[in-house]
Amino acid sequence: MKLLLEPSTQTRNDGIFRLLTIVAASFILLIMILLFIELLSNSWLSLEKFGLQFLLTNVWDPVRQEFGALSSLYGTLVSTLIAMLIAVPLSLVIALFLVEMAPPMVSKFFGMAIELLAAIPSIIYGMWGLFVLAPLMAKYVQPFLQKISGNLFLFKGPPMGIGMFTAGIILAIMVLPFISSVMREVFLMVPNVVKESAVGMGATTWEMVKVMVRYGIQGMIGATFIGLSRAIGETMAVTFVIGNSHSISTSLFAPANSITATLANEFTEASEPVYLSALVELGLLLFVVTFIIQMVSQLWLKRVQKRMGVQ
Amino acid sequence: MENEMVIEKTKATDTQTLGKISVRNLNFYYGEHQALFNNNLEIEPKKVTAIIGPSGCGKSTHLRVYNRIYELYRDQRAEGEVLLDGENILSERTDLIKLRKRVGMIFQQPTPFPMSVFDNVAYGLRLHYKLSKSELTGRVEEALKRAALWDEVSGKLHKPGTALSGGQQQRLCIARAIAVEPEILLMDEPTSAIDPIATAKIEELVESLKDRYTIVVVTHNMQQAARISDYTAFFYKGFIVEYGETKQIFTNPKKKETENYITGRFG
Amino acid sequence: MKERSERSRIYLDITVRLFSAFSALFGLVILIWILTVVILRGISAINWEFFTELPTPPGMGGGGLANAILGTVIITVVATFISVPFGLLAGVYLSEFGGQSKFAQNVRFLTNILMGTPSIIIGIFVYTMLVRPFGHFSGYAGSVALAILMFPLVTRTTEDILQLVPNALRESALALGMPRWKVTINVVFRAAKKGLITGIILSVARISGETAPLLFTALNSPYWPTNFTDSTANLTVTIFNYAMSPYEDWQKAAWGASFLITFAVLITTLMVRYLVREKHGK
Repeated sequence: MKLLLEPSTQTRNDGIFRLLTIVAASFILLIMILLFIELLSNSWLSLEKFGLQFLLTNVWDPVRQEFGALSSLYGTLVSTLIAMLIAVPLSLVIALFLVEMAPPMVSKFFGMAIELLAAIPSIIYGMWGLFVLAPLMAKYVQPFLQKISGNLFLFKGPPMGIGMFTAGIILAIMVLPFISSVMREVFLMVPNVVKESAVGMGATTWEMVKVMVRYGIQGMIGATFIGLSRAIGETMAVTFVIGNSHSISTSLFAPANSITATLANEFTEASEPVYLSALVELGLLLFVVTFIIQMVSQLWLKRVQKRMGVQ
Repeated sequence: MENEMVIEKTKATDTQTLGKISVRNLNFYYGEHQALFNNNLEIEPKKVTAIIGPSGCGKSTHLRVYNRIYELYRDQRAEGEVLLDGENILSERTDLIKLRKRVGMIFQQPTPFPMSVFDNVAYGLRLHYKLSKSELTGRVEEALKRAALWDEVSGKLHKPGTALSGGQQQRLCIARAIAVEPEILLMDEPTSAIDPIATAKIEELVESLKDRYTIVVVTHNMQQAARISDYTAFFYKGFIVEYGETKQIFTNPKKKETENYITGRFG
Repeated sequence: MKERSERSRIYLDITVRLFSAFSALFGLVILIWILTVVILRGISAINWEFFTELPTPPGMGGGGLANAILGTVIITVVATFISVPFGLLAGVYLSEFGGQSKFAQNVRFLTNILMGTPSIIIGIFVYTMLVRPFGHFSGYAGSVALAILMFPLVTRTTEDILQLVPNALRESALALGMPRWKVTINVVFRAAKKGLITGIILSVARISGETAPLLFTALNSPYWPTNFTDSTANLTVTIFNYAMSPYEDWQKAAWGASFLITFAVLITTLMVRYLVREKHGK
């Protein structure tokens, strides 16, 4: 009896092992907390000095030490919006093709190709965007859009091939694999009986898919959120093609900026404390926005899975 | 040996009169695996035909040939002839949309679409017809009435269809199917996921729908088959062992396997 | 009742089918396009010197990126050695001990969030922690940044893979009187070995192509990476600097580096996936 009650060295080792794993897991928490504190404390100077004006004004003057990030916010917003407008419908039909239309072998092959798109480092997209896509945009796409739209304000300006439109296209391609893979899972979650009931009513494949979309709409919204957060935080590809200009133009082909591009270009040059602080505040902003989107989409997708799992 | 014997029996049941649906030498395959063997069957118009048999005997498979719903899956195929009013629906030229408009189907699980009660019933109507709002409302109401659901849902037409109880959902699916005026209703174990009281309602409903539609019900519940059907086909291992009037099948089965099954000796 | 034209419904259906097939094709074409460009432009920059020489100033010709290649390898290896032990242990906690406890759920949640945090933010974070206080950029700061990116990846894969190990295996080992830590390391890890290695390799492939976290940490350097406490040359930041420069020979070298990094990452990813599928096939 006594033997059992006396803890052995093995049991003590077990406790140590368990403690080690808990410490490692706590590091995730620690990193997140430190991350937030560091960003906040290092942007304090700028937060204090500019307050809300930081978000509402468009001055970026390292010499006079005046900073308002509106142009970066605007660029991030518009390029992300363009990316989502292209990527969401495209991902939807690609997922549709992979799940409902392609024969298994073809589906596997295309699925792998799209997976590989996700594996390409983002700087390569930047290279491709700057040296291949931008010249094409300048030579064909922008003149064409100007022509058919009657030189609409959106497409005005000298054809340089850079700006928010080009950035949006590259972002769309980059988030495509992420959105389409979640959409694919959503389609796969739709029970066969639902599909059969639609087809049994005489629905065509597309009409059946519309029912499936209604069934999985919440999951698809979650997929969109995930893509959105990726697009907002993407740095290198955007930095290569957006033009790096702190000006707000109505034209999608004018040089512009984004939060990430401003950071990538200027961070190592920022010698003044206020300048650096303003840049860190941009980072803080980006962190908070992506944190919220991630949080919402995670909770949302969890709820959807639960709901679909029950049915 | 046993299989050959059964094939002979199947042939013997082949009648020469042409039914609403006549199945001729139907074979069905899941990839390499053959699931139906040389099925022959005449479905009488405006009658209820029950398909019974132990699980895995091919009764659902057989039913799913009638509207070619199996084509949703790549490796499934049917051989032989299934004549609907004399036309072979297995022909390559068959228009599947028209076919499925004429042959409605109810599934084991109630499958209301994720939309309102009204939109669920209107779904097929909107697919196939251009209707004015009043026409649509009228037809939806009529379908719901015929499915004996109107009294229960008339106040919540714009609530989601998924909010109804299981039995109501199944009747909603029946309403959705009959709204497009099919000639035939296929029911694949329509009450197996539903409680006994709701089941009784659906059985009543089947009885009342008989004067307008030809109904084929797959069921594993022999009492149900006896209660609601006029004709019964007994399936075993992919063969149709015996087919005839329900009364005769249940009181005086001609084949040993049928007798064993209905007396509960296997299955 | 006016019937809807069946023909127009079928045409719409065919249109959507074609559109979706074309969209999938579009994805494939973009992939092939990018790879072709990277191969065509990159392969001409690659020769023996590329792997053995230091970079030369623009216009001089010759030279290579040997220092950047070596630097990337060192930074990545160090990052791997920092993050793998933490990631494995955290994954073990989530899979073996944490269960559905509040703490475990929070860790899981934050792991996912950290995975989705833009990598440039990690760069800023490490800059404020390890660069500014010391007054200089450094290779190890770069490694730490990559390690922070890799940590949640390893944690998540470890948890997922360990979950696949059947409980019966744990129980039978425990029943023999083995302590929990031995069960985990000798039995559970051994059963999940292939999956764990696969997951770690994929994570390494993921982070080795990262640029943004290195911009403010390792920075870049034209010299050999002899001093890890100073700016350290690496391929991705080199690509960025060279591509943005107006010099043609630098741009060419950037393509060479792009070729190297793309194919290193893609081939690793493909090989590992292929091996995993092989295993699942049997």
